[in-house]
Parts: sequence; C-alpha cells; structure tokens
Amino acid sequence: MIEPNRLAAGGRIDRGRPLGFTFDGKSYAGFAGDTLASALLANGVRPVARSFKHHRPRGIVGSGVEEPNALVQLGSGARTLPNYLATQVELFDGLEARSVNAWPSAAFDARALQGLLSRFMPPGFYYKTFTWPSWMWPFYERQLRRAGGFGVAPSEPDPDRYDKTNSHCDVLVVGAGPAGLSAALEAGRAGARVILVDEQQEMGGSLLGSRVKIDGAPASSWLDSTLAQLREMPEVRLLSRATAFGYYDHNFVAALERVTDHLGPVEGPTPRQRIWRIRARQVVLAAGAIERPLVFPNNDRPGVMLASAVSTYVNRYAVSPGRRVVVFTNNDSAYRAALDLADAGSEVVAVADLRPDPKGRLVDEARRRGIELLAGHTVVEVKDRNGVEAVGLMQHDGTSAFGGTRWTECDLLAMSGGWNPTLSLYSQSGGRPVFDELRACFVPGPSTQAERSAGACNGEFTLRGCLSQGHAAGAGAAAAAGFGDGRAAAAVPDVDDGKEGRTRAYWIAPGAKPVGRSGKSFVDFQTDTTAVDISIAAREGYESIEHVKRYTTLGMGTDQGKLGAVNGVGALAGMLGASIPEVGTTTFRQPYSPVTYGAIAGREVGELFDPVRKTPMHEWHAEAGAEFENVGQWKRPLYYPQPGESMQDAVDRECLAVRRSVGILDASTLGKIDVKGPDAAKLLNRVYVNGWTRLGVGRCRYGFMLGEDGMILDDGVTARLAERHFLMHTTTSGAASVMSWLERWLQTEWPDLRVHLTSVTDHWATVSINGPNARRVVAKICHDVDLSNQTFPFMSVRHGEVAGAPARIFRISFAGELSYEVNVDANYGRRVWEAVVSAGEEFGVTPYGTEAMHVLRAEKGYVIVGQDTDGSNTPDDMGVGRMVSARKDFLGKRSLTRPDTLREDRKQLVGLLTDGGEVLPEGGQIVEDPSARLPVPMLGHVTSSYYSATLGRPIALAVVKGGRAREGETLHVPLADGRSIRARVASPVFYDPSGERQNVE
Amino acid sequence: MLLIECPWCGPRDESEFAYGGEAHIVRPPDPANVSDEEWADYLFYRKNPLGDHQEQWQHASGCRRWFNAQRDTLTYQIERGYGIGEAAPGGEG
Amino acid sequence: MKYSLFSLVRNGLSHHEKWPRAWRKVEPKREYDVVIVGGGGHGLATAYYLAKEHGVTNVAVLEKGYLGGGNTGRNTEVVRSNYLWDEAAHLYEFSLKLWQDLSRDLNFNLMYSKRGVLSLGHSLQEMRDIARRVNANRLNGIDSELLTPEQVKELVPILNTSPSARYPILGASLQRRGGTARHDAVAWGFARAADARGVDVIQQCEVTGIRRENGAVVGVDTTKGHVAAKKVGVVTAGSSGVLAEMAGFRLPIESHPLQAWVTEPIKPVLDSVIMSNAVHAYVSQTDRGELLAGAGIDSYLGYGQRGSFSVIEHAVAALIELFPIFSRLRMMRQWGGIVDTCPDACPIIGETPVRGLYFNCGWGTGGYKATPGSGWVFAYTMANERPHELNAPFSLDRFTTGHLIDEHGAAGVAH
Repeated sequence: MIEPNRLAAGGRIDRGRPLGFTFDGKSYAGFAGDTLASALLANGVRPVARSFKHHRPRGIVGSGVEEPNALVQLGSGARTLPNYLATQVELFDGLEARSVNAWPSAAFDARALQGLLSRFMPPGFYYKTFTWPSWMWPFYERQLRRAGGFGVAPSEPDPDRYDKTNSHCDVLVVGAGPAGLSAALEAGRAGARVILVDEQQEMGGSLLGSRVKIDGAPASSWLDSTLAQLREMPEVRLLSRATAFGYYDHNFVAALERVTDHLGPVEGPTPRQRIWRIRARQVVLAAGAIERPLVFPNNDRPGVMLASAVSTYVNRYAVSPGRRVVVFTNNDSAYRAALDLADAGSEVVAVADLRPDPKGRLVDEARRRGIELLAGHTVVEVKDRNGVEAVGLMQHDGTSAFGGTRWTECDLLAMSGGWNPTLSLYSQSGGRPVFDELRACFVPGPSTQAERSAGACNGEFTLRGCLSQGHAAGAGAAAAAGFGDGRAAAAVPDVDDGKEGRTRAYWIAPGAKPVGRSGKSFVDFQTDTTAVDISIAAREGYESIEHVKRYTTLGMGTDQGKLGAVNGVGALAGMLGASIPEVGTTTFRQPYSPVTYGAIAGREVGELFDPVRKTPMHEWHAEAGAEFENVGQWKRPLYYPQPGESMQDAVDRECLAVRRSVGILDASTLGKIDVKGPDAAKLLNRVYVNGWTRLGVGRCRYGFMLGEDGMILDDGVTARLAERHFLMHTTTSGAASVMSWLERWLQTEWPDLRVHLTSVTDHWATVSINGPNARRVVAKICHDVDLSNQTFPFMSVRHGEVAGAPARIFRISFAGELSYEVNVDANYGRRVWEAVVSAGEEFGVTPYGTEAMHVLRAEKGYVIVGQDTDGSNTPDDMGVGRMVSARKDFLGKRSLTRPDTLREDRKQLVGLLTDGGEVLPEGGQIVEDPSARLPVPMLGHVTSSYYSATLGRPIALAVVKGGRAREGETLHVPLADGRSIRARVASPVFYDPSGERQNVE
Repeated sequence: MLLIECPWCGPRDESEFAYGGEAHIVRPPDPANVSDEEWADYLFYRKNPLGDHQEQWQHASGCRRWFNAQRDTLTYQIERGYGIGEAAPGGEG
Repeated sequence: MKYSLFSLVRNGLSHHEKWPRAWRKVEPKREYDVVIVGGGGHGLATAYYLAKEHGVTNVAVLEKGYLGGGNTGRNTEVVRSNYLWDEAAHLYEFSLKLWQDLSRDLNFNLMYSKRGVLSLGHSLQEMRDIARRVNANRLNGIDSELLTPEQVKELVPILNTSPSARYPILGASLQRRGGTARHDAVAWGFARAADARGVDVIQQCEVTGIRRENGAVVGVDTTKGHVAAKKVGVVTAGSSGVLAEMAGFRLPIESHPLQAWVTEPIKPVLDSVIMSNAVHAYVSQTDRGELLAGAGIDSYLGYGQRGSFSVIEHAVAALIELFPIFSRLRMMRQWGGIVDTCPDACPIIGETPVRGLYFNCGWGTGGYKATPGSGWVFAYTMANERPHELNAPFSLDRFTTGHLIDEHGAAGVAH
C-alpha cells in the first residue's frame, strides 16, 4: 500500500514493522511507532471527524493530548472504546477505528445538512425555545440527545482487568521532556527516590519532534544518555505511557498507566491499565506547553493544523501533512515548522506573520532560505473542498484587515497563536495561574502545595531555559525533601537556541469583516464554539468567564479547553474591554485527560467490590442448599429449602420445628465485644438505659443503647463473665458502629474509666439451639455443665466443653423457647455445628435461617433494631420504657424529656392482626380512613409482617401514633392496587406472653 | 486525599481514619439540669468555621486511637495532631 | 424580548447582534426593602417570587461571585419529590409542581425532563424501606411505584440485575415525574425573570457583615458598600455558617464537600436517573451525552469545593457494579460543591434570633430539586413575616423540641 504523505527517510518509526489498520472501513498501512493520526496523515486521509453541533468536516489539528477533532471509536464488541484521540492511539496491527459523530463516514456525513440551520442555533438556543407546546419537549429532547454525544458505549461487560499501585516518593516529576528529564536526573543524583511519569510511549517530550542540537549533537543522543543514566539509578522509577491526571490534597497525585493499550486486545492476567496512587514529598511539574491555534474565519477546515504538530509529524513520524504550505503565526516558533517542511521537500509558499516586524534567528533563517515573509498579515478566509485549497491573506492594522485579498493556493495552513503552559496540575494543586503580559500567557503563581514548575509549563519556552530550570527544580525539590544542598550537580548542557522575538497575542486575528459577518471563526473546535458565540454571550450579560463557558460550552469538550480556553478568555476580554487578569480563567479540574472508569475502580469490582464475610459454618449451609441474604457484608442463610418447597413452606417448617422440637441457627454474625476492667460495669451503666452494677457473675441482661438524641441505637444481651469482665452482644449490622461508639466515649470523654474493649465477633462461632428439645440435644454433647433450670437458669452463662471444644453457653433466646447459644472458637465452629446436627437427629433438629428467626421473634414481640426502629424511636416508643433507669444518667437520657419526645401521640410499637388470611405488606402505611382525600393522614407503618405457622395466622408489628391506647381499634393498610386491608391493633406479643416456654424442663 | 499524622503511628492516608467532628465539645456534666436550649446546643450546634477547626479523628484502620487535630477547612492543611484532653494550638478549646 | 422560535429566527437573520441582556448590570442602591444574600437558584427564586407573588420589587440579590456559581452550578441536576416524611414530601412535591410549568413561567427552557428516577434496593431491609416510602408517597399524592427486578431490567436494560451480583438489585422505587433539569438555566432563568420584574441582580458583591440594631437587622456591608434593608434573607448554601457568624449566632449545620463528575459524552445509553444508597452512587445522562454521577458527601468538614479521590474510586466501582458496560468509559471532569448538612438531612427555612433576618439553609444534598418551592415559601415567609404551613416544620426550634424530620433514608446519598 502506498502512503502518499510518508517521507522517504527519517522519523522514529520502525519501517521494518509495517502494520495494517482500518479507518471507517477502509484499509490503510502504517508503521510501528506511528500513532493512528500520523498513519492517517501519511495516507492522506483528511476529514477524520464531523463537528459536534454543525457537522462540519474536521481534520487532525494537533499531535497529542490537545487534539480536539480526531476522536475515534476503537475496536468493536465488548472491547470497543469510544472517544479516543487518534493522536494518542499507538498503531497496532489490525487496529480498527471509526469516526464518531458522522454517518456513514467522516468524509460523507448525512447530517451535514444540519449545518445549514446553524445560523439559527446561537449559543444557548435551546434555552430560548422548545417550551411550546410543553408536551413536545420529550420529542425535542430526544432529537437533542441524539445529536449529542460522540462515540458509543460497549454493549457488553468489560473483559479486561485493571489494577492500582500505591507508591511513595521523595520527588515526583511530571513530564519527561527536557525540563522533566533534567529534574529527574538532578533529584536522582541527590539520592532522592524519584518517580518520573510521562504520558507518551517514549520519553523525550518536545525533543522527539524537533531537530535541535544539545551539546552540539542531535537531541536524541542527549536523550538516550539521560535515560540510560536514569535507568541506572536504583531509586528512580520511570513510568511512560502514564498520565498524571489528578493533583489532590497533601501532594497526592494519581497517574494512569496504559499497560497494554498499545498492543491491542490482550488476553490474560496483565491489567489493561493501572492507576498509580502516588504520595510525593515534592512534586516537579514539567508538563510542557500546548500551542494555541489562531482564531480566523474557517480556521477549522481540514488542513489547518498547529505548526508544532506539523513539525512533530515531519520529524517524528516522517509524515508531511502538506505539499504547499502557508504558515500563519504571531510568534517565532512556527518558523521551525516552515523550516522543517522546507527541509522535508514541501513548498513553503509564505509565512504570514501577524506581527508588523518579526525579528529573530528563526525569522532570519526563513528569510535566508527564501521563504516569503508577509509581516503584518492576517488570514481572512480559507477556501476548501474536503480540505484547504487556498487562503486569503490581507494586511492588517492591529484591529482589522485592509487592502486587497491575496489568494494563495496551499493544502496546509500551519498556525501558531503562541503557547499555553500546561497549568492543569498546578491549578488542581490549589495554585492560581497569573497572566504574564510579556509572554502573553498564563503562568503558575505562588505554590500552595510542595510543588514547583519547570520549563514550558512555567512559561519558559527556550530549550536552554527548560534544561536549566529542570536542573534547578530537580536539585531544589530533592533538597526540600532532604537530599543534597539544592545546587545542581551537573552543568546544564549547551544549546544554541538563539534569540526569539516576542509573541504578540491576537486572540482573534484581525479580519476583513466583523466577527459575526464572516465565516465561522472557531475558538473551541470540539464544542463548535465560535468567536461570535462568545460575543453573543457577552452581549446577553453572560460576562463571567464561567458563564461564557457554561452558556457557549467553551472548554466543555473532552479536551477540557486545552486548545481553546485561553483564546476564549482573550476574546472575551476584548469584547468586554477588560484585561485578561480581570476576566481570569476557569478552574482546571481533575482529570487532566479522561480516565477509564475501570481503572478508577481497579480490582474492586465483582466479588471484590466489597469483602464478603462468611461464618465458619458457611460452607455447611451452602451444602445444605441454603438461600442466603446479605446482612451488611455478611452472607446469612435466609432459609433452607427442601426439594419442592416454596420459601413459605420452608419457613413454616423451620418455625414449627423450633416450636415443637428443636432448631439450630447460625448466630455467629451477632456482634460481640469483650469489655474488661475495673470500670467495665460503670461503662455499661453509662451507655445502656438500664443498670448493670448489680448484675451477678454468670448472669445476662438485655439492654438498649441510645444515641445522645435519645433514639435507639442498638440492643443486645450482655453477660457478666467475671467481676470485671463482660461480653456484650450487638446486632449484626451494628457491631462495628457500636464498637466505635464505645471506644469514642471511652477515649474522648471518659479516659478516666479503666476499661479495655476488644471486638471478638470473628473469634467465636455461635450455634443457637432452640426448642423444647434443646436441652436433650445439648446434653448429648456437653457433659460437664449441669443444664437444668435450677443450676443453669434462663439469662445466665456457663463455661464447659461442647463436642470437645471449650465453650461458653448462654441461655438466652431470640425465639422465646428453651435455648442454648453455644459459643466456641471459630475454628471449631463447623465441627460443633455438625455435632449438634448429629446429636439432634433423633429429635428432627432443623437448621433455620434468618427468615424463620424473624418470624419466631415477631411472634414474641421482640423488635429488630433497624427494622422495627428507624432512628426515630425511644425505648418508650418500643414499649420498653420501664427498662429505663431513673436512678442514673446515661447517653441520650436528657433527650427523652424534650417536648417532642414527651408527646403522647408518638408512634408506638403495636401488634396488628388481620381478619382474613392476608399477610400485611411490610412498609404498608396505616390510616384511619382509607377513602380520605389525598393527602391521606398516616398513623404509622407496618415494620414486620409474617404468616405465623405456629399461630396459623398472619401477624404484624407496626409503629402507630398513640398506638398503645388504640388496642382493639380497626385501622387500614391501603395497597398500591387500590384495595385496603383491615387490621386490628393488638399487643405486640402474640405467643407465650408469660414467657413459660423458655423455661420448659 | 489528606495525609493525616496519627500521633502514635505517624502519617497515614485519610482512608485509614474516621472523622469525628468538632473537638472540645463539653458534655454537660449534669444533663438533667440543663435547659432544652442548652441541650440542643450541645447536641446539634457547631462552630463549622471557615478556617482553623479543632476536630477529632480516629485512626480507625490502625491503632484505633482518637486524637485531635487542627485543620484549616479551606486549605485542608493540618497544623498538628494533639492528644485528647490537650489544649488546642493557640490555646483555644 | 420574549424568547421563542420566532425570536431565534429573527435574531439569526440579524446576525444575533440584537439580543438584549438577560438581566441588567446595576450597582447596588443604598437601600432596599429586601436584600437577598446569595445569587444561586434559591436566592434568585426567592427574589422572583417576592416580586411575582407578593409585589415586593424593591429587592436586591447580592452574589459574591457569579450567578449560580455555588451549588446551583455544581449539582447533579436531579429533580424529584419522593421523600418519606410528610413534612418533607409536601415541600418537595410543592416544588415539583412548580417545576412542571416553570420553563414557560420564566420564558426560559430549563430542560426539565421527566425521565423517571429509580432508587434501587439491594437488601431486604432496603426493600422494606423503599416499600414504606412508596406507600407514604402515594398517600401523599406523589406518584411512586414499587418495581420488581424484572421491571427494573425492562426499564433500564443496561443495569446489572443478576442475582449473583455482590449486592443484587432486589427492586426499586420509581417516580416517573422525577428527572433532571439543566442547572445553569435555573439560575439564569430566575435571574432574568426577577430582573424583568424590577429586582436588582448584582454580581461580584460579597456581603462582609450583617448590621443589626436592637436585635433587628438594618442592612448589610458589602464589597460595594453598605446596603440598608428592612429584611435580609440569607440563602448561601456552603457559607451559611459564615453568614450566621456575621449575625452573631450558630447553626446546627456542618459543611461538607460533595463530589460529582461526568464521563466523556457518548450516544444515549441511559434514559432514567438511577440512585443507589447501598452502593453510594447515582447517575443520569445529560442531553450532551455525558454520564453525570455523584457520590455521598466526604466525611470531613470542608469549604474547599474539592474532595478526596478515594470517594470517587468507591463510587465509580459502585457504578461499574450497577452498569458493567460503563467500565471502558472515561471520567472527563470532576468537581466538588459544599453542602450544608443538618442533623436530620432537612433544611432550615425561616426566622432567626435576629428580627428581620431570615435564613434558608441546610439543604444538604437535596437543595437543587427544591429550588422553586424553596424560593416560593421563603418569599412568603419574608413577605408575611411568618412561615407558610409548608415550611413551618422546618424552623430552627425543631432542634430544641426534638421534632426532627429524619430524611437520611430518603436523602440517602446525594442526588
């Protein structure tokens, strides 16, 4: 295949490795070392995209991260990638790319007709119309949405993996151009741990695309030797293909490393991308600068390119983007492109320099080479047919053009409007850029974090200056981190930059007509924001640069204004008659360039999204066919269906087994906190509503804990294991927060209390054996504890051995039956569980899950904190007001006597019974009159509701305004389908109100 | 991404810490004898300053000790950590 | 000039050189009947309704930066009213009703888009809470539906509804009238409409002091001089505590960073607003094609309008859990706002210890959707010197009586 624009020699491409790729379905050839953009240019592909709003054909403008137009959709299927920049996509064999926002292709786009309406689509036009008729808005919006967006999302889950690495260093250097390399070298020499990150596939930055000499030799030899030295330093880490995208607080910098993107799809364990989470003592920003476009009519035509990008294509990729070239500039740097092109064999027809008197070494060189120099000239028009064909040049007087138009035929217009230091990371660090009139650009102001800028991102545009600033910054940063004396160890290499003339800013190139009357002059290519758009915004009072940005969408594209934002500020300043500092800049936000979601998430996806906690008996439950539910991070068996059983069948069976014989529950997830010390009882007194001082050793007590607002926080049984030793049980989901709550009070408010807390939830496995046959089962495997009611009464604890394992046995019950909760070391959990199952076989021992547990406790009227309470309930609301001690203070007590907590009509816990067989829906609202008009006054809601197999009827718990006084009243629970269920208010204790069953012999 | 210096363990990433809000709030020693207003003030009202803030942190994924720190709520610079019960830098609290 | 298709065509033909200012550029007068501090959506809406509903037009809105530059321009654009408790539900529903016709009322297209808001449930308890809220909403006259996982999948096919997900989706609530509206347009639309009724909208004018005499407010000191006023309304989300300090009192408020971000624009892929409290994330797709997402608040007090990367890491992981196809999309821009949070996740709207000084604050993460309703009731309160029944429950004294309206469940994560 022929690449018409490929130069015969030169460049950093590997001509020995030809590659094939497709763009918009057509096949092309390129070389290893190409980007998709350089390969497209080599093949003479001009329009590569259509613009966002007006669907104008667009070509490649830049050569890197600044590219506004050449967004492509890469690959297909699950691995497709939308909106990648052709200038950053490294070519690999078989690469498939399509243009976005164009159909069927960028060269021929069916929606280009839309452009004809563009004069009626000023900025914010959608705010001014589509309001009539209002029912049409969804239709209008659908059209707007279809027009929006660039690429398409994959339609399948991501097959690739991502990773993260945490790293610390003394000096982080961002950017491996001449300044960054020098800084890394100096910092490394001083002995600092250095990380050097650079977004490109090769380190070298601007040196890769230029022909300058360092120490009299091509820059590449300095580059090679510098990199070799850096690689030798054990404390220096070089990260290429890594973009430092976010500078956060306290010198935390995040970088995205593209590990395999350049290889195309890769199967296997290697992550596709990796995020480096770097905490640096010192940061050196050497992020370079981005060339500014010039703003003139039809400056978006394919073939209008940044001059520096042209040089890069010629020198680095051996691609000549044009044969007949006009250079349009307001500064000296574009002359390099003119010379590079001329040397590569292109015809440089003219350099139109906006400045009236260009001077300097490069200008002289161009003159010497016979390139026509048109000083004080401007481009007033671009003629094109699928690419630039000619440009109209005129003289200007600083504000407008005059004289005749000189049409010059060309196929490439290389432009330069000066340079913008890349201030993104500096700004993200908290710094405020300041405008430098002399250099006509924003530069870093004072530092607010431990960072310093060097080189072009610091407004230093000469190579010599970059090298010297880099050396100083590296040595300085190392010294600030405690390495060396801050003086550069090596001499700055010698570079003959020559003297450059001053850049003269023209934010909008002087034109022949007012901006609104000529061809569109684009300030931001990607968002299709023109100079006129900015003037309209300003005219309408959107004068703040933030308003202009939001109203016109300037800088809101995927390039986040890298190319156009500063021109926009300049243009706005001109229109408002204000200075640039008065207008200011918009804030640069993270990320510097787009960052893959998958990489941000790293490994925390799928199973690892959140750790799964399993009890020691988990596998037994799974083998028994349990259905699980998530309770916090825990997996708990919900029920154990047998073949052919519905959930209700299983739950009924499990409940009846407990009531009639014996059931076992895995209660290991209950929170357990070991409370030890001379003041342990005092601590409990302060955090529970009830008293603990007189609880005997070996006895248990149930308690509520309140927040300081008086609302129930948690509940559970606490046992006194010894005089100074308690074991506190918390709810499963409250375990961690109760632990923190106790620690906090102990450490911050009551440091005088001598108490130690240890979370022991995971140390113990808990097998809860419930039912009238519980004692018989336990007796078979526990021989050293007298299990009788007389010596081991309800609400007490004993130590013994169960199935050979040392155990704590609690006689506490959440089911209201005779119950033994056997706690053993977690490592014995499964063994003891299995021993109980075998011992219970003759009694039909039945494992039961959380659903049956809920039914059983609801039959007894026991509440579940977090289900029957919602953070707005006091103990009295839950019917346990008598538990609250009057004799002591405790957390939350004072809140119980506030006017609102004393109200008579607070929501109180009640039972609800339905007459028919219908189970009330949990979450059902309770009303007096279901036929009342909206809004219907609500009295409360159903918190728990089940079919009780034991009672042969549905039961429910609810909170109802003034509920206890309503016992016997009939209320209503309206359903979504319009029906309503009648329910009678009853006591919340439905079963065994006297509590006899937990004491059966 | 704050870097917080635990007085016992040294500087650690903020993800290891739990924030505890304003420090030096005094719990009324005799809650039964304060007015509803005073109790509300203790419960809910906060300084919420723009600038220096004395606050509590817990090294939750570390030593689990609570400590105080003075942090600027705009710049997020942490002046220093100090023990519970110690006076704040500058004598406040 | 009235905005319309006709005005677009006419101005298009005259090179767009004749568009008038959306609001006048004025310097503050020495005295106003009412000064509103804060030129965000709520403040501008207050001024608009003072003029429209109460005939109070000698009003200035003082904004320290640019209009809508605070939380109005930083939120995630979600509009809904499906709150749990009656007090909050009535206020938000009143607001949602105002949204319905607001674009035409203001003659400014706010692009209010009723795409439906889904709140996902991932545990049995969450489903109970969702059912409770849905039932309460319906009885309060707020459209609300309880969906099964299958119905969720049908509505949003790209959601991962697999039962083997780490936190499987067990169902959802849906409010069909909920959706999104273009946030900048809200500030601009109210500013333009208030200006048309005579209100002075003044930018770059920071209030530096609140002057009081004998326990009553008499005016404010600003960077543009002293401005006298009989009544001052403070609507400065993110700075409420600072303004309260100027007036000599404290608030039950803490200010926290709240982060949001967008992906690169892609072609339409998500039509609804999806919220998930359990995994702490929420997302919708803007008309421009960006996926606009947010997380819960950062834990610590902060005025920095920026937050921690770790919060984003967790929320993005959560989004990938919900939407596996988002994994290859890219975050394009992130930012932070400052939300003033109350202990019960509900606002404070009404009188203060200083006579004539009114505060509207503490909206936490839920302020944007309430913008028109908040402005309406606040205007009523200031004009009549007593709260409207809709905002009476949101007085400061609830923190003393204990009558909190705990909306943490419904407010959940930010939205």
